[in-house]
Amino acid sequence: MPDPKPPAHHAERKGEVPTIEELDRWATMLRAECVRMLAVAKSGHLDSSLSAADVVAALYYRVLRHDPTNPEWPERDRFVLCKGHAAPIQYAALAHHGYFPLEDLMGLRQIGAQLQGHPDMNRTEGVEVSTGSLGQGLSMCVGISLALRLDGLDDTAQVFGLLSDGDVQEGQTWEAATAAAHFGVSNLTAIVDYNHLQTDGTTEEVMDVGDVRAKFESFGWDAVEIDGHDMGAIVDALERSRALDRPAAIVAQTRKGRGVESMEGRFGFHGKPPSPEQAAEALEELDTRLEAQTKALHAEDEE
Amino acid sequence: MPATAATEPTATRHAYGDALVDLGTEHEDVVALDADLAVSTQSMKFGKRFPERFFNCGAAEANMMSMACGLAATGKRPYCSTFAIFAAGRAYDQVRLGIAHNELPVRIGASHGGVSLGEDGASHQMIEDIALMRAMPRMQVFVPADYNQAYRATIESYEREEPMYMRFGRPSTPVVYEDIPDTLGDGVDVLREGKDITIVATGHMVWRALDAAESLEREDGVEAEVLNVAIVKPLDSGTVLESLSKTGVAVTAEEHRVAGGLADAVREVAAEQHPVPIFAVGMGDEFGVSGTGEACMEHFGLTSRGIADRVREALVLKPIVSRPPLFGPEWT
Repeated sequence: MPDPKPPAHHAERKGEVPTIEELDRWATMLRAECVRMLAVAKSGHLDSSLSAADVVAALYYRVLRHDPTNPEWPERDRFVLCKGHAAPIQYAALAHHGYFPLEDLMGLRQIGAQLQGHPDMNRTEGVEVSTGSLGQGLSMCVGISLALRLDGLDDTAQVFGLLSDGDVQEGQTWEAATAAAHFGVSNLTAIVDYNHLQTDGTTEEVMDVGDVRAKFESFGWDAVEIDGHDMGAIVDALERSRALDRPAAIVAQTRKGRGVESMEGRFGFHGKPPSPEQAAEALEELDTRLEAQTKALHAEDEE
Repeated sequence: MPATAATEPTATRHAYGDALVDLGTEHEDVVALDADLAVSTQSMKFGKRFPERFFNCGAAEANMMSMACGLAATGKRPYCSTFAIFAAGRAYDQVRLGIAHNELPVRIGASHGGVSLGEDGASHQMIEDIALMRAMPRMQVFVPADYNQAYRATIESYEREEPMYMRFGRPSTPVVYEDIPDTLGDGVDVLREGKDITIVATGHMVWRALDAAESLEREDGVEAEVLNVAIVKPLDSGTVLESLSKTGVAVTAEEHRVAGGLADAVREVAAEQHPVPIFAVGMGDEFGVSGTGEACMEHFGLTSRGIADRVREALVLKPIVSRPPLFGPEWT
């Protein structure tokens, strides 16, 4: 099983920000957490969570300025999971930072539990706004960015929105993109988890959104495209976006189900929980990787 | 800044615009959003005064509502205005998840509600917004009767925590309240007392209800009680039931579909707690049409005469529909 220790320990041990290798390891741990949650919940979107794991790990473990002991800290960066169906990956990151007990992860989607199928700001500590209806998230991010500007915090607090390719199909996302440029928002980063698979097939088959980077650029945004599983590239792009004086889009080319071989890049898993056998197999795979990553980190320490 | 009460007919949307400026002057956290209708909705007054706190979102209502969610989640008090057709229709999902579900203090200033907006016709005449917003969990629904009450409603909205849908109208509307009322109270005011029938009205139909009550007294000797429902949800059922138990029959009046609107709100309360015959003046299973605002109201019978006629009908039917059923318990 993954090491349930909160990341603070790890950071203390190293006495510095997590390295790329450490972030990769956290991403593996978050992935394993998602598999366990979904296996217990028997419902949810596993493959959509896995494709976003590296970006979420980079954000929560290194880029975001946040304080789990003071979730309402006014100067914090804001993270909005526009693709709300990937809630498990955010829940895993929040729990591992101590926003709520790790045990709560196993209550996902159960009646009476705090972890709803899609993020709920009034039920879950660390969730900035409720999401789950595709297309709305980026507009919410624009509103948050503007409120921070009115409070004189736009040079301090960055807003990070994580979108899916489904979000990009919604027209409202482009209303938000227009508005962000028009209002001169300078503290907004939109990351598109472009995993090319949706409920009914590939995005190319269902509704091809084409060159998303070029689209954002034509809306007046700074726009880059990266490998969404290259941790170094993710961290660089996120940090770079913070320094820009206009809204920034990072199109992260990803593979749905990333990290679990039987699922990766394959159609037919959207919104489907893993069977107990699939979950066991996936966990074994992730545990092996985690062990190797941990070993490599220790070896590095000893050098 | 003390507001000046209207004495001449004035549109309720003007009250929204005037109150918004006063709120902005008093409270730093008030922000306003519009969707390219700021002159019509009157939010432009705020925009001119506080340009840094005003966001004209262009013709993109969905984005506006979700932006308001983000602003409110970050400590602001957003006032979003556009036509009722777009606020409640086009942006329903955005209002539902981002505002109502999150219980955020966003105020939706929905102007040009009903058919009295006139010439633009069915595509712009929103006649089911009260029903939609009443069905939306946690959303409160305000429909003020005149400028003076609309001003108070807008000012008072700041103090409330709940998400709120406020319906305003396009045409100049006669004043019902001589002065700006001190409070909206629980949202139902008895404007005229009577013992024969209750007329429950909202919005543009309130002054018409008072007008109808006067002619009924003059021409038929009927004493009608007139209730103004400014807060349709949550409905102050106590005041409504008190009147129903006094008169035993009611007519509702709204510039809106009867289904899901004020009529149903009153019937829901009555059916469970004091079943009496309740007749309705409002829109049937139909869309609006083009014409001047007043001609449209006339076309659908949303007039003083329409209300008075329905009252006469109600008084004739009351003893018939109130009669015990033929095969009721006393016959067996």
